[in-house]
Amino acid sequence: MRALWTILIASALAACATTQTPDTQPPAGVEDRAPGAARPGTQAVPAKPVTGVDLTGDKPAAAGVAPHRDPANVLSQRSVYYDFDKYDIKDEFKPVIEAHARYLRENASLKMLIQGNTDERGSREYNIALGQRRSEGVKRMLLLLGVREEQVEAVSLGEEKPKEAGHTEEAWTRNRRSDMLYTGEY
Amino acid sequence: MRPMRNLLAAVLVLFAACSAHAQLSIEITGAGAQRIPIAVAPLAGEGALLDASGAGISAIVRADLERSGLFRGLEVPRLVPQPTEASSVNYAEWRSRLADALVLGSVAGRPDGRFEVRFRLYDVLKQSALGGVAYTLTREQVRATAHRIADYVYEKLTGEKGVFSTRIAYVVKRGERYELQVADADGANEQAMLVSGEPIISPAWSPDGRRLAYVSFQNKKPIVYVQDIEVPKQQIVANFKGSNSAPAWSPDGKRLALALTRDGNSQIYLVNPDGSNVQRLTRSGGIDTEPFYSPDGEWLYFTSDRGGSPQIYRMSTRGGEAQRITFEGGYNVSPRVSPDGRSLAYIARNGGKFQVALLELATRQVQVLTDSDLDESPSFAPNGRVILLATIVAGRGVLTAVSADGRVKQRLTVTAGDVREPAWGPLNK
Repeated sequence: MRALWTILIASALAACATTQTPDTQPPAGVEDRAPGAARPGTQAVPAKPVTGVDLTGDKPAAAGVAPHRDPANVLSQRSVYYDFDKYDIKDEFKPVIEAHARYLRENASLKMLIQGNTDERGSREYNIALGQRRSEGVKRMLLLLGVREEQVEAVSLGEEKPKEAGHTEEAWTRNRRSDMLYTGEY
Repeated sequence: MRPMRNLLAAVLVLFAACSAHAQLSIEITGAGAQRIPIAVAPLAGEGALLDASGAGISAIVRADLERSGLFRGLEVPRLVPQPTEASSVNYAEWRSRLADALVLGSVAGRPDGRFEVRFRLYDVLKQSALGGVAYTLTREQVRATAHRIADYVYEKLTGEKGVFSTRIAYVVKRGERYELQVADADGANEQAMLVSGEPIISPAWSPDGRRLAYVSFQNKKPIVYVQDIEVPKQQIVANFKGSNSAPAWSPDGKRLALALTRDGNSQIYLVNPDGSNVQRLTRSGGIDTEPFYSPDGEWLYFTSDRGGSPQIYRMSTRGGEAQRITFEGGYNVSPRVSPDGRSLAYIARNGGKFQVALLELATRQVQVLTDSDLDESPSFAPNGRVILLATIVAGRGVLTAVSADGRVKQRLTVTAGDVREPAWGPLNK
């Protein structure tokens, strides 16, 4: 089951990649794609091996970088940020979500996991519920834009997986977010 | 696909109950205004029955009583001959040492290899014996026996149940490793229930103290489990679409209240501890979470943002309308009803600080008990006297304990790592 799934994704990625200019960069793993984190000109460094290990033994897409793994592409932006105790999607993040909606529509075999996160303040349990509201909000917008329900799953990590350690306003700002991950990245 | 991923992702080890040395250390950072001066004399012959760290029963009893913040242990010089519970008491001499209360006793070996510990408690001011007990025990039970003596002394002198024989659960984070630990109330005898590479939160004791419900992210999302203290095996209680979290036991141990997002927003459900008979309780358009039963089992207190900001509400466990309980401030979460049902501890935001507040339900009087600013997860001691909580001190996660009058404070730290998510277990029967 898992193997079949991996093959499907690998072929989906390869299919996407062929529409791109061939590139010799290896595909990157899960990376921090926060706005401002991916600087132009920096090389995409392969992250440490992803948990979703390739059980088929085939490496997906040596042919090039899939659009959602290309740092220059808008699809490399994966995070939506929020104000404290809020879950409304600010206007500045709507174009990013629209781009992902388009991409998911065009690649019907791709799946996405949305992880809602909060800063560390307040209650861990309330933050689980708040993170779920954040990820559901992104999911709802994707569905309104024509993405199929079975392509998207929304979960919450609450305050348990901060992007940035520390107890400062700056860290909290970066931790209040929804992250969009494609299959193979979680 | 699921089992495969679980196998790959879960860095999960279940530990059989095994003894470990104490890693949680406790420091008293504030004490009651009036502490009872008590002399706990070394029990005659206690040198033959020491714990693993070399402490005798009298030292363990004294440390317990002092940790409560209600007692001041007096230094007792070496007395010859050593007095026992059978000696006649020289009250004038103990009064001259400024003792209000006195414990004398003895330890004797038995032919079967076990020990007999006897003690008697005296009121020095009234010059009378308040009672005593004899225990038969094995060498492994030396700390447990000392805690029972401390419980006896505490109850006789304060009129309230002692909690020295109880246990606490908490989560330690060391790097990317999460450990669900159970320890004695004094931090000794720490035992790992669960070790995982993913977060563990919200441990909750069953009313009989034999099981813990908790939330583990070992499968990359919050799922509620129940685990027997003595059996290293997890049982899934709720694993629905979305988040499954915030378990709370009913006082009779037959139901668990949970927060589930399977039907959209986080709402409160009741379920049997084996996962059967799921029943939805709340139906709001907002977030409902953190259920907590009143001790009579009639009410569920919970957090909800239905009014625009997170506040505490309560609802009958049979359903119906919710009543709002907190009104001051824009963020009040994590309700915990006191064991006597009269007050409610919760986390309130006060000018950007998240602190433990105590609401007296009859009068609606609110008192802020802490002066820290990132408090979480309050948990009452089973006698209602102390509230255990998690906070951040100097960038590290620590547990602190504060008395319900705000006076006595303790800090519990681990040697390396962050400690959080405390849950105080029930009284020993």
